Amino acid sequence: MVVLKVFFPSCCSSAESGLLVGHWIPEQNSAVILAVVHFPFIPVQVKQYLSEVRQVTQVNVSVLGTWSNCKKKEESLSEFLEDLGTIFSHEPWIQLCKETDSKFWSCSIIQKHPSTPKEDEIILVYYDQRKVMLSHLHPPGNLTNSTDHKAEDASKLAILFDTVAKSKVLFMKDRYDDGPIKLTHWQSEGVEASIIVELMKQASIPVCMLLTFLLSFVSSVCKSRVLKFWPLCFIWSKLSTCEQLGHRLEHLQVISSNRKAQNQPQLMRKANIFVSLLADVALGILLMSWLYRKNRIGHLADTLIPVADHVAKELQDLLQWLMGVPAGLKMNRALDQVLGRFFLYHIHLWISYIHLMSPFIEMILWYVGLSACLGLTVALSILSDIIALLTFHIYCFYVYGARLYCLKIYGLSSLWRLFRGKKWNVLRQRVDSCSYDLDQLFIGTLLFTILLFLLPTTALYYLVFTLLRLLVVVVQGLIHLLVDLIDSLPLYSILLRLCRSYRLAAGVKFRVLEQKTGKPLRLLMQINPLSYGSVVQTYRLPTYSCYPKDSWGSLCKKLFLGELIYPWKHKGEKQD
Amino acid sequence: MEEREDCIALQCRQYSASCREFSVRCQPVQLRSLSAATCSVWLAAYWLFVLTQNSMVLSAAIFITLIGLIVYLHFVKIDQESLLVIASLGIQMTSSYASGKENTTFIEMSRVKDVVINEAIYMQKVIYYLCILLRDPLDPQSVSEVVPLFQQRPRTMESELPFPKGGCFRARVQAHCWVSVMKTAVL
Repeated sequence: MVVLKVFFPSCCSSAESGLLVGHWIPEQNSAVILAVVHFPFIPVQVKQYLSEVRQVTQVNVSVLGTWSNCKKKEESLSEFLEDLGTIFSHEPWIQLCKETDSKFWSCSIIQKHPSTPKEDEIILVYYDQRKVMLSHLHPPGNLTNSTDHKAEDASKLAILFDTVAKSKVLFMKDRYDDGPIKLTHWQSEGVEASIIVELMKQASIPVCMLLTFLLSFVSSVCKSRVLKFWPLCFIWSKLSTCEQLGHRLEHLQVISSNRKAQNQPQLMRKANIFVSLLADVALGILLMSWLYRKNRIGHLADTLIPVADHVAKELQDLLQWLMGVPAGLKMNRALDQVLGRFFLYHIHLWISYIHLMSPFIEMILWYVGLSACLGLTVALSILSDIIALLTFHIYCFYVYGARLYCLKIYGLSSLWRLFRGKKWNVLRQRVDSCSYDLDQLFIGTLLFTILLFLLPTTALYYLVFTLLRLLVVVVQGLIHLLVDLIDSLPLYSILLRLCRSYRLAAGVKFRVLEQKTGKPLRLLMQINPLSYGSVVQTYRLPTYSCYPKDSWGSLCKKLFLGELIYPWKHKGEKQD
Repeated sequence: MEEREDCIALQCRQYSASCREFSVRCQPVQLRSLSAATCSVWLAAYWLFVLTQNSMVLSAAIFITLIGLIVYLHFVKIDQESLLVIASLGIQMTSSYASGKENTTFIEMSRVKDVVINEAIYMQKVIYYLCILLRDPLDPQSVSEVVPLFQQRPRTMESELPFPKGGCFRARVQAHCWVSVMKTAVL
């Protein structure tokens, strides 16, 4: 049994009698009705208009049948409608008939050369034309990758959505026009437009041109040779603020380009970037107004120096503890004193520099706080950079401790091999046996013993400063994660899903309407919106995201061996 | 065609020659279990209040009860699951939750390869569940996905053949009849 499906727009249910105009899909045995042409019309003009529409939209629009909406079934009207079938020949010819006070329609198919002797069953599917036209179908994940699927594999729904979306030209004329053709479709109730949107569209062109000019000026300044000298470019690469600013500059360039978006993903991306930038700047200005009210930034600057002092004092106490008897462990007194005094002097230098800068801190902070108006992400990046600068001495201590420990471990492993009579063969990259002289063995064993007994002291210093460094890294990592989140969240798509959920369709859903035996099956097709999780996943903005470079295993191995760790890797960085 | 079980009810409606709907209705939320859960949470909160003399515990308990109830009704408790089979269009699965939320998935007929009863080992039993095999668009012979139908958990495990988080059947024979009915409707 062959099933014939007729997709009928619900806006045409109350249209007056006329011709059905639409697209017939023979592979799926379904007819998509796009509009109804009313009496009176001249067949030749209708045919000419439809051929014009076909040329413009590339959709095979033709007259599919007749539609009659009258109080009682009239014999003359039905004969007239059948005669029309001979003028506009279409195989099969659909005749839809509705009585004004009845819910159930009757539908009959006339086929000149019926392919099957059995009766076809007819299914009537109502769809909301405006929503189907505006929505974008997101097929399930495994189908999006195949770009060259054959016609019979192509999704039926995608063809339906495509047909309606491409026939926009057909919806330009409606029945209140003075032309020879009077159509009914979703725009017959009136064309929607908004003055604000039109004004913004007109104003956007000069604004875009101005923005492009400014951005090209800024980017030429950034790329100039002056800023590329060695110390400066090293500093720029280390500061996360510069990366974030560069990222935002790229975004602005994307928005202000004059080229119109070619397809839906590009359009959504532009819109997402624009809304995300707006939200960022709004949050930044909010933060700025909060900071500058009641001179909070002055208070912040005033507390900065005491906090740095407090951190330095805590570190000094820690070093005094390490130089004594830390956790009951007995350290080697001489090495302990040397290391402890070295680090204490370092802290003393650091505190002197901070005190030197203290009169300028408030002014610097005041001007730096102004840059929060560029966005909340910039403010967070500046915060992360300030934390990095303030804890620079912890970083230095970590590097000293790690280098010492690393040297010790390498020395120990090499001398341990000597102890057992083996040697590392650099050429063959393996351990070979080797016969040592007596004095080599004697000195080697002596050095091995010294290094072994000095190991706990160095290891303890290394452990303490590595933990401090990891703490700072974790705090910085959390701030970067937050910046990433704000950067990549597709706010426009989420708002669209909230307010106009039919625009982002994951699929359709059908509802069975009241039935009556003898009449065709009636279904209502509604749009099934995409879930929030898939919206975020599909429309995520790409970022220079930072993610852990090493797995837990390799991180532990590096910590044990004393290699320096840089746990966060940025996408654009070269592998080292 | 209606079948009454201890835990679920199956209903089958035929709208026309090419359209059928199978709906499985689960037991509604019992007042007994709801009051038992609420009472136990509040008793624990009172006991903590007696220990700590902090009234925040009581407000926290009320908050937790309300939030927990809303989450349970909206995300966990499935009231009814239905399968709508429309020949040459596709298969639609709807789950409606106790709070009124409806979750719908529609699979087009061109993606459906077959409807089968699959066996699985769950804890210490072998259970049977109904599932749809989806065709891989790149390779028409292979199966790309297996979609299990009817995800509800039965309230009592008295029947022999529970579904994985699924409804109950009295016997495998009836299950086969059901599948053959679906297959004639679908393919």
